[in-house]
Amino acid sequence: MNWELIFSETLSQALGPTAVVYALAAIGLNVQFGYTGLLNFGQAAFAGVCAYGLAMGVLTFGWPFWPSVLAGLVGAALLALVLGVTTLRLRADYLAIATVAAAEALRRLVRMVEMSPWTGGAEGLRGFSDTFRDYGRELGITQNLRLGPLFFTGTNLWVMIVGWGLVAVTLLVVWLAMRSPWGRVLKSIREDEDAARSLGKNVFSYKVQALLLGGVIGGLAGLIQGLRFGNVAPDQFHTTFTFYVYAVLILGGVARVFGPVVGAVLFWGIYNFLNQFLRELEKLKVLPTSILTADKVDALVFILLGAGIIALLIFRPQGIFGDRREISFHVR
Amino acid sequence: MRKAVITLAALLGSVIVALGLSSGAAWAQGEGLQATLKYEDEPVAGVTISVYTEDGQLVGSAATDEDGYWTVPVPRAGVYRVELDESTLPDGVVVANDNVRHPEVRPGNVGNLLFRLVSEDERTTPGGGTPAPGHTGDQPGAEGELIDPEQETEVVTGSGLLGRVVSHLYDGFHYGLIIALAALGLSLIFGTTGLINFAHGELVTFGAFVALVVNVIGISLPGLDLKLHLVLAVPVAVLIGVAFGFLQDLAFWGWLRRRGTGVVAMMIISIGVALLLRHLYLYFLGPGRNPYAQYTIQEPERIGPLVVPMKTLITDAVALVVLVAVASALLMTRMGKAIRAVADNPALAAASGINVDQVIRVVWAVGGGLAALSGVFLAMHQTTHYLMGFQMLLLIFAAVIVGGMGTAFGALVGGLIVGLLIQVSTLWVPSEAKYVVALALLIVMLLVRPQGLLGRRARIG
Repeated sequence: MNWELIFSETLSQALGPTAVVYALAAIGLNVQFGYTGLLNFGQAAFAGVCAYGLAMGVLTFGWPFWPSVLAGLVGAALLALVLGVTTLRLRADYLAIATVAAAEALRRLVRMVEMSPWTGGAEGLRGFSDTFRDYGRELGITQNLRLGPLFFTGTNLWVMIVGWGLVAVTLLVVWLAMRSPWGRVLKSIREDEDAARSLGKNVFSYKVQALLLGGVIGGLAGLIQGLRFGNVAPDQFHTTFTFYVYAVLILGGVARVFGPVVGAVLFWGIYNFLNQFLRELEKLKVLPTSILTADKVDALVFILLGAGIIALLIFRPQGIFGDRREISFHVR
Repeated sequence: MRKAVITLAALLGSVIVALGLSSGAAWAQGEGLQATLKYEDEPVAGVTISVYTEDGQLVGSAATDEDGYWTVPVPRAGVYRVELDESTLPDGVVVANDNVRHPEVRPGNVGNLLFRLVSEDERTTPGGGTPAPGHTGDQPGAEGELIDPEQETEVVTGSGLLGRVVSHLYDGFHYGLIIALAALGLSLIFGTTGLINFAHGELVTFGAFVALVVNVIGISLPGLDLKLHLVLAVPVAVLIGVAFGFLQDLAFWGWLRRRGTGVVAMMIISIGVALLLRHLYLYFLGPGRNPYAQYTIQEPERIGPLVVPMKTLITDAVALVVLVAVASALLMTRMGKAIRAVADNPALAAASGINVDQVIRVVWAVGGGLAALSGVFLAMHQTTHYLMGFQMLLLIFAAVIVGGMGTAFGALVGGLIVGLLIQVSTLWVPSEAKYVVALALLIVMLLVRPQGLLGRRARIG
């Protein structure tokens, strides 16, 4: 068995662009779910709107790169406002259904054949990241990097530098925000909404603000996802993406500044380890084909992930770093 | 109830008016298939794509023109096999996924096929070895297998405007009943435990697959090789569905309740359960679409203006009887009263001598059976697939919310409204948008009347 390949793949992926995407999406969700207790099941939509803002800005409307990025972020903020103002008065579990339905409706709208002149339909859009890649080239980041077991292509390296940079900035923002009076109000809403209200806080307004901040950070995840391949497609922002972001957040630890980052690295690392390990195991042909064949590897990985998520929620809902007293699971 | 009846009547009325207005125009063009081939944004010309019927007869074959556009008319609605001749592609270019598709053409529609073209090395190493978050292989809809990956029922239309109206209404009714069967269980489970079960769609798939196993694959034990006729496979699937629901609560959800797990934690756990079950189905039964051995293709009957296969009439009658029976049982039997008492106030119910855990177990068993029945009926019309329940989940949610969470007849009313809405809305919105219509209804309902048509305000908190 090629352990070198397995570990090289696992470690490279755990630090790679996909982990960045999950980390950013989970940092945003942490603001909403972890600190404020909002069950936002539409994080995929925030990422998607931002990515499509960039892609459609450049390709559909022919804008330069930076205004398009801005359009994406404004789009994510607008989505937060619309979604927040309409649905945030609902109870936690109803909010989950409303947001998951909104995200799915949006995805299906973008996916329609009738929309393809603007959104590219189910195929999505590609070829809007040239400016971004040029910046990397100007800075001389063109060489592939091999560092021990780690291997990154030049393109990925540039995406990672920007991505982890964004992670650092958003972590700083979240850390500062959550130790401010504003952050304490958010936590008090999570703990006892009525108490916060009776102290004269406008709970609804704070919830909208939390959704907005988390949504824009989630939008950054969409930006990185789009810039990484230079392509966006509606199925990248399926509801399952939101589900994985929840897994990432809970794994790392809810309501902890570094929780989402640790969760993302571990989640994506574990996923890749299982994938590579089972593929190598299959090549050895030690297991009968009724148990393991090449096309069953994917299913098996997700079976293990599903079981892992269940076990995590039952036995360690606070994740790795979390504090049991700080998890907003005890609603009703 | 009265309100719901009024709403239904209003809905039907508006449908008929709208049908009258949008007469026929959309139907004039006839059925067909079309596709546009592009590689790196450049149209690809001269690629031969052929259409065959399901039994292998050539319907038509054409090459893409200089815009990459390709179309072939087909004689009638139905499922076709489409094959892209890979040898006619430019050198080094391949189809990203399968070059053979089995699209279903709906009456009056020209179906769009998606063939994504990529370079040869891109196919062997998608995304540099490992999938991106959007490409994790768990992407329903990403397969591009069908034009509309969530095709549910075939609409067999009669002739004339009246025939079309009746057919679409009936089709919505039919699909609504299937949704209602699944929604009733979800609604009862929510009512008694407060859990929004994201794994309910997998109970639907479970029923469909149990029937597939006993009907097509067969049970082989030593000295016994058994394949049941579908008529017998249905009750078997329902019984095993009942057992599955019962055991799930006995071994898992009941245990979690006793541990004091909160409802939000349970809801996220149910997402994990859904992921696990879905991929267990994939692992054991594969990603393909499989029909049952009997009643796959049936010559439709003509009853007045209605043109409908006999199997649809029979399954709908069964579904309606089952739904009314379960709802009546909730209202009239002792167990039904106990269930409603637990839904109202578990602590008070327990104090008055009701065994709450036992009641919840019964609810899970009934929910599992109903979902299994829903799954078999769904698969009889659209074949089995490991994502079939998952793709229906949000529609089940919509039905439950519209009808009212935890109410007896709410699921039936909600299911019918959602079913009618999505089938009938295809007359004036593109068929891809019909789910959006249902989801929009869900959201509006949550905002305007979160307790649903039949629910009481007190439940919403």
